[in-house]
Amino acid sequence: MSKTVSINVEHITRVEGHGNIVVRVRDDKLETCHFEVVEAPRFFEAMLKGRSWYEAAIITSRICGICSIGHQMTSLKATETALKIPVSEQTVLFRKLLVDGSILSSHLLHVLFLAAPDVLGVPSAFALMDSNPHAVELALKTKRLANDLCDAVGGRMIHPITCVPGGFTDLPTPEVLRDLKTRYEKEMLPMLFEVADILESVAENFPDFTRETEFISLGDASEYPFYDGRIASTDGETYPVDEYLSVTNETIVDHSTAKHTHNKRASYMVGALARLNNNFDKLTDTAKQVAARFGLAAVNHNPFMNNVAQLVECVHCAQTVIGRIDDLLQRGIEPEKPPREWKGKPGRGVGSTEVPRGILFHDYTYDATGRIVKANCVIPTNQNFANVDLDMQAFVPEMLQRGMDDNAMQFNLEMLVRAYDPCISCSVHMVKVD
Amino acid sequence: MTAKKVRVGFFDFTGCEGCQLAKVSMENELPQILEHIEIVNFREAMSEKSWDMDVAFIEGSITTPACVERINRIRQAAPILVTLGACSTIGGINAIRVGRDLDEIRQEVYGDKRYLFPSLPVMPVSAVVKVDASIYGCPPNPKDVARFLTQFLAGKIPQAPKYPVCIECKLQGNACLLVQGIPCMGVVTRAGCGAWCPSKGQFCYGCRGLIPDANLDALRISFEECGLSQQEIDNKLHLFSGRELEKLS
Repeated sequence: MSKTVSINVEHITRVEGHGNIVVRVRDDKLETCHFEVVEAPRFFEAMLKGRSWYEAAIITSRICGICSIGHQMTSLKATETALKIPVSEQTVLFRKLLVDGSILSSHLLHVLFLAAPDVLGVPSAFALMDSNPHAVELALKTKRLANDLCDAVGGRMIHPITCVPGGFTDLPTPEVLRDLKTRYEKEMLPMLFEVADILESVAENFPDFTRETEFISLGDASEYPFYDGRIASTDGETYPVDEYLSVTNETIVDHSTAKHTHNKRASYMVGALARLNNNFDKLTDTAKQVAARFGLAAVNHNPFMNNVAQLVECVHCAQTVIGRIDDLLQRGIEPEKPPREWKGKPGRGVGSTEVPRGILFHDYTYDATGRIVKANCVIPTNQNFANVDLDMQAFVPEMLQRGMDDNAMQFNLEMLVRAYDPCISCSVHMVKVD
Repeated sequence: MTAKKVRVGFFDFTGCEGCQLAKVSMENELPQILEHIEIVNFREAMSEKSWDMDVAFIEGSITTPACVERINRIRQAAPILVTLGACSTIGGINAIRVGRDLDEIRQEVYGDKRYLFPSLPVMPVSAVVKVDASIYGCPPNPKDVARFLTQFLAGKIPQAPKYPVCIECKLQGNACLLVQGIPCMGVVTRAGCGAWCPSKGQFCYGCRGLIPDANLDALRISFEECGLSQQEIDNKLHLFSGRELEKLS
């Protein structure tokens, strides 16, 4: 008997931003299958035009609440590159520390509050309070620790205060850093291992689905690259970050307010799984051991494993936090005096960092007065949309073959979209099965 | 007598969803708050949904025809409507667009496909429906949110301060940035954040909007003395308060 399926998820829940899943199967034939992004357009590139060098990071931080630290870091790097503003080693160390905190905060939010309810069989983290209060306690406590780190270094977690071109306006004291270090050693790491235990106990609930694709992230760096590196691909090539346009190839599609991207293949994936696939050997040994418990090793082509890759990165980051604080304390902390004025030459600069959801590019051109004449931002979530669509188009026929009913298919498709941890406010795009 | 929990809905429009995150991030206070309220609608965090609520919190600006329709529906369902954060309260960072040609902006970002994406001029929620109370800031300060909720749960409609950030900055004992030649907006910006940014050495950029009767002429003179051009001064004023300035002119 031929099968007809219609799935229509309007404003999928537990993701950041607004998107729909649309799937239509008629007489066994897949007619429509994509993720529609219906978020209201944000126009940030246009908003940056005419703005001064000291305002770009303040504005772009507001692209996204979850990714505000990543946007700030990327924005500052673009501005500093364009205007040749020097940055000290200490500044870079503190920025990396802040980035570790932001990765932890975002991943923990996604894994424990947004994605985990699916594998634990509840509709939300609020429902989890009744069925698994310990998981909620772990979520709240680890997230608190991640936020405390961001608060200490950035002044606050959402839209940080202290990060400006050329340095920090304020820094934490050694006492604050020592206290954080102790809490990361004695509380954060043990709690993350407990989170790993919980996820491992339900690991079979992550759907078994693979589709070969290309993974793009920063790579080719001395450490697991969140802050620096070249553009790396699991297809083997690397590119300098200022050649990002030849990799991202953004196009506008009708079903989404967010642009789509592709490199050599029809799509590629960015995010935790992409970073891990490109840089597995740079993870700490403990993080590698956590990966091994889930059978996760490079190159893994199951998009649902992105959730596990996020957990692995949490363990990695908790450990690098400890190491970086040691380093800072040993060096001694110098007050920073970032420049309040800028006098120099016009120029263009591309900044790239890894934010929780993947590789991010900001590209600014400044005039002689230090004001932006042209801006471009390529957002991780956009870079994933083409890959999400292709995953869905491969996954739906597989699920039909496995004899799944519409409800089960819809559940799995929502879970697939969530696994990508899309951040639609950032990208201004999501799925509809109809 | 068992107190009935207040049924709360959270709704997001055009914005970064950072305000909702700020709320989820109140890890220490969250369990306590949840003793008094029941969250019945919160898309970002839960799949359950209900329209039977006592109060709706609104995040984000109104920027599309669909936004207008949705906010009207929420207003009808909610006896009390509160805006949360700069975007819904004053238009926020989205209001940078105020005064620029919308078609030109859409052309810049989406090119020839711009007509696929209908947009309206950026509006705070109060431009479309009646707003009962507001929580200011980008992002809102957790202490300010806690103050709001405490007063609200005690049966009051909390009011935001009408004095500037400057007063809070003095109370913190900070050295004045403006006196040091750093163009700080604290003198004209609505208080309530505890002088969050100036206390960390960063100038206030006005995320809570202007106080009533702000002396903008005096501010312009001070900023000129800091070495800013007229364009830079305009930019600073329009970072968050584009909509408010439009109303003044």
